[in-house]
Amino acid sequence: MTSFLSRRRLQGGVTGLAVAALVLTTAACGGTTRGEEETTSNGGGAAASADPDAEIPADLAVGFLPKQVNNPYFSVASAGAEAATGEFQGQYTETGPSEASASSQVSYINTLSQQGTDVILTSANDPNAICSALDQARSAGSSVVTFDSDTDPECRDVFINQATTEGIAQTQVDLIAEQTGGQGQVAILSATANATNQNTWIAAMEEYAAAEYPDLEFVATVYGDDEDEKSFQETQGLLQTYPDLAGIISPTTVGIAAAARYLSGSEFKGQVALTGLGTPNQMREYVQDGTVQSFALWNPEELGYLAAYAGAALAAGQITGAEGETFEAGELGQFTVEADGVVVLGDPTVFTAENIDDFDF
Amino acid sequence: MAVDTTPATPAGQAPAQRPRTASRLRLLGSGDAVITGVLVLFLVVAALTVEGFASARNTGFLLLDVVVIVLIALPLTLVIVTGEIDLSVASTVGLSSAVMGQLWFSGLPLETVIPLCLLLGAMLGAVNGFFVTRLGLPSLAVTIGTLALYRGLAFVVLGDRAVADFPRSWTTWAISGIGGTGIPVVVVPLLFLVLLTGVVLHATPIGRSLYAMGNSEDAARFSGIDVGRTKFWLFVVTGVVSALGGIYWTLRYGSARADNAQGLELQVIAAILLGGVSIFGGRGGLLGVLAGALLLGSVRNALQLENVPADVLNIVTGGLLVVAVVAPQVAARVRSRTRARPAGPPSAPPARPAPDAHPSTDPAAQVPADQRGNR
Repeated sequence: MTSFLSRRRLQGGVTGLAVAALVLTTAACGGTTRGEEETTSNGGGAAASADPDAEIPADLAVGFLPKQVNNPYFSVASAGAEAATGEFQGQYTETGPSEASASSQVSYINTLSQQGTDVILTSANDPNAICSALDQARSAGSSVVTFDSDTDPECRDVFINQATTEGIAQTQVDLIAEQTGGQGQVAILSATANATNQNTWIAAMEEYAAAEYPDLEFVATVYGDDEDEKSFQETQGLLQTYPDLAGIISPTTVGIAAAARYLSGSEFKGQVALTGLGTPNQMREYVQDGTVQSFALWNPEELGYLAAYAGAALAAGQITGAEGETFEAGELGQFTVEADGVVVLGDPTVFTAENIDDFDF
Repeated sequence: MAVDTTPATPAGQAPAQRPRTASRLRLLGSGDAVITGVLVLFLVVAALTVEGFASARNTGFLLLDVVVIVLIALPLTLVIVTGEIDLSVASTVGLSSAVMGQLWFSGLPLETVIPLCLLLGAMLGAVNGFFVTRLGLPSLAVTIGTLALYRGLAFVVLGDRAVADFPRSWTTWAISGIGGTGIPVVVVPLLFLVLLTGVVLHATPIGRSLYAMGNSEDAARFSGIDVGRTKFWLFVVTGVVSALGGIYWTLRYGSARADNAQGLELQVIAAILLGGVSIFGGRGGLLGVLAGALLLGSVRNALQLENVPADVLNIVTGGLLVVAVVAPQVAARVRSRTRARPAGPPSAPPARPAPDAHPSTDPAAQVPADQRGNR
């Protein structure tokens, strides 16, 4: 039965494949190579001029598409977006894939577009993979607002930045430095290896720490994929690999909660510092039992709220996404569109045992 | 019904020895009538009740979502019919996508990158085939291993980066429609591959030999079929087609990433099993697989349009699959009880339902094969 793998046959097969590859390679000289083609910027959005006094139309259909459903962070952002939609009397829908993968969002964007949604609010799992779907949705008349995690700026109208990269990175590094005395080994527990915003923050954190806290050594970055169990196991693995670890930074809400749960039940409780980005409701018990001293986050409810108002302003024609335009976002006040269609929410809030009970999200 | 070319043949006999004109005529038409019926019924109901479902634009979206699943299901159906499995297909998609991104990034032209990726797919498939046929290891174990191995290699190649600057003309082509119809252009080459696979499986000695070895490997070997060689090349073809899926996936989403198509193998296998192919081998037809893939895609699409949450969606598709696998077994048991004798001939291996165990829901299939050549 295995005679077909005789030496002669194998040799023949391998030679054949090699020749085929060679022929194809040489034949393809002068083919399509990288950097040859100019990308033509073509979002579907109309390049109309803005009218700051335009009314937000009634019954605006607003679709909210997070990276994945059942993520507490996005549930809070969704509540904010829903509240804002209620204020301007729109129709609100929340949808989304059950796993945070780049391609799974595409069919949900197509669905929203097919339903005739006026405003799509989304946080991208990949800056490029959902681009063509968003382009199609925009040519079909939807306004696209990204929040939390941006796409290629060509593919959306406005991006709501929760805080600047520098602000987020510096806050977390300052917190860990404060808790470790500014020295020792520090590890990072991130979300997925491809998460756009996490990777940007990690790079900025390492840069900032190298400049401000030279005695902090970043020894590893591990990925919990925003899954509770995997994040828990990765934390366990970190402490086994680096017994002298002084602190962990987890710039994701799922990660920091799982890490805190592991630490609070281990011998490392109080020994290894933990900070990062978490929600007060998930972290309350670990702050109260002393596992965690402080952590940070912007208010995701305000993020969703602002995103919905920005989408409404786009749909109404108050803004087009050009730099310098302003719009009103309900109780949050007035915001200005910055370069590349970015709107910044503000600085992150630091939560400690003193103030954590003032927040409920 | 999900039958091989000679439905009334006892499972132990090699159907390859009994080619008949009537069975040849049935070709693809002999596919799983029940699942095709369910698909047609679902499409009609969804078109009438789900707003926005029955439009050219939505059909395009739906087809784009199932293209890669159908593509990989083609060779994988043949593999499963022989009684083997390949779980590494989605990881092969991911690895070829990562390699494609890396080679493109390093400046090679796409016309070179694509053949190299296909070659890589052939090698990855050959590794599976070698372990299964030469070393005689179970394909389930081998391909669980390569599932992890190939995905790991993909991350070695591309790490956490994404390569996304593929030429617009290529990425636009990948999602473009034929004329103004919204039907994706890639459906045309895909249909050609479907027909090719259908002919090979249902109208050639090779196809019959696949059913024969799925029913009884020993019997197939004694009747002169080179089982090892056939299976080896099936794994190679599966690798090549998966790599093709990886290339298309990369262009369709315009993003080469190591985690592309993670978990896709389960969607492909779900479509195949829903289509009436037996996981134990020896039974099933390509039309059923096609219907299974389209049914899963349509259900997803329609429920999404109805704003059904993703969790409920998973429950529905999972439930559908369980019903599809369990129903024929239950039906066979009920019938064997009412007939007061075993449904299959005594010579049939007990672990495997006899070829006619399926169709109690399909009365026509109970007519002996010789009398239903026109079906």
